[in-house]
Amino acid sequence: MNCRSVIRELSSYLDGDLDVTVLAELEIHLERCEDCRIIVDTTRKTIEIYCKAEPVPLPDDVRVRLHETLMRRLIRKSDA
Amino acid sequence: MRCRLETCATLLGGGCPPAARWGVVPTVMSAAEPKPLPSTIVRPDEGALVSSAKAGDLAAFEELVNRYEGRIFRLTMNITQNREDAQDATQDAFLKSYQHLDRFLGESRFYTWLVRIAVNEALMRLRKRRPNVVSLDEPVETDEDLIRHDVQDWGPTPEQRYARTEMNSILTGAISKLDPIFRTVFLLRDVEQISTEETAELLDISVPAVKSRLLRARLKLRQSLSPSFARRATA
Repeated sequence: MNCRSVIRELSSYLDGDLDVTVLAELEIHLERCEDCRIIVDTTRKTIEIYCKAEPVPLPDDVRVRLHETLMRRLIRKSDA
Repeated sequence: MRCRLETCATLLGGGCPPAARWGVVPTVMSAAEPKPLPSTIVRPDEGALVSSAKAGDLAAFEELVNRYEGRIFRLTMNITQNREDAQDATQDAFLKSYQHLDRFLGESRFYTWLVRIAVNEALMRLRKRRPNVVSLDEPVETDEDLIRHDVQDWGPTPEQRYARTEMNSILTGAISKLDPIFRTVFLLRDVEQISTEETAELLDISVPAVKSRLLRARLKLRQSLSPSFARRATA
């Protein structure tokens, strides 16, 4: 397996979807290729960082407007 | 946080429980037995709140709004890249979810169902505002686009170098550089943890197209983030 193949299989590798034979070939390549190890590791970190990022709380004005509008319209629906 | 990455054990000497691996989330919305999303998103009492809301309990529905408004607003903001559209899409997603709550049969998590509605609302607004941007065609890219990388190591915890607000700004900036068809797939698959099959169904594209876009999105984001996260050279 070469570097280009590693990149093609990267998502499947990160998702744990690789066939065992391909997985073994890929891991052999990773053992000897530092660039690919870094790409795999930093791509994994990219995903983790986005997963872990907490959403910033809604700005107060947006939140108040959202709740007022929702409740007004939902109460109207419930009364209908 | 539980991580679903298969490679943790290999690369970092850590490990993730097999049940938390990616690719084991529900395959289709109609799956007989919904599998829970990670607890970081959905809490165990979600089902009880939905049942109460279905019975007309507005307070229960408002609790669901409180719980998910931040995530849904971030999702719609990331897709539309427009604050006004994101606000409208968020509001309409909650309204529609309440109005059609009787159609929600509990075959998936409520949050997953809400995300589907929100994505549709956001994409509709994005198409209206920028009709030429959201094309169904796959952009012409070659493997060369994928392999042109800088390969700087980031160190073990690059995110800890930044405060929360600054991190969010970096992450939002990187997402905004992605083509909408890439960022939407990334947001659904990796951030909202929707399965490949559901993402394909939701976006009306094939499963291979989801996989191809996801790979490109991940690599492009990695590349965009690299200047911020690469290990600083020491003097």
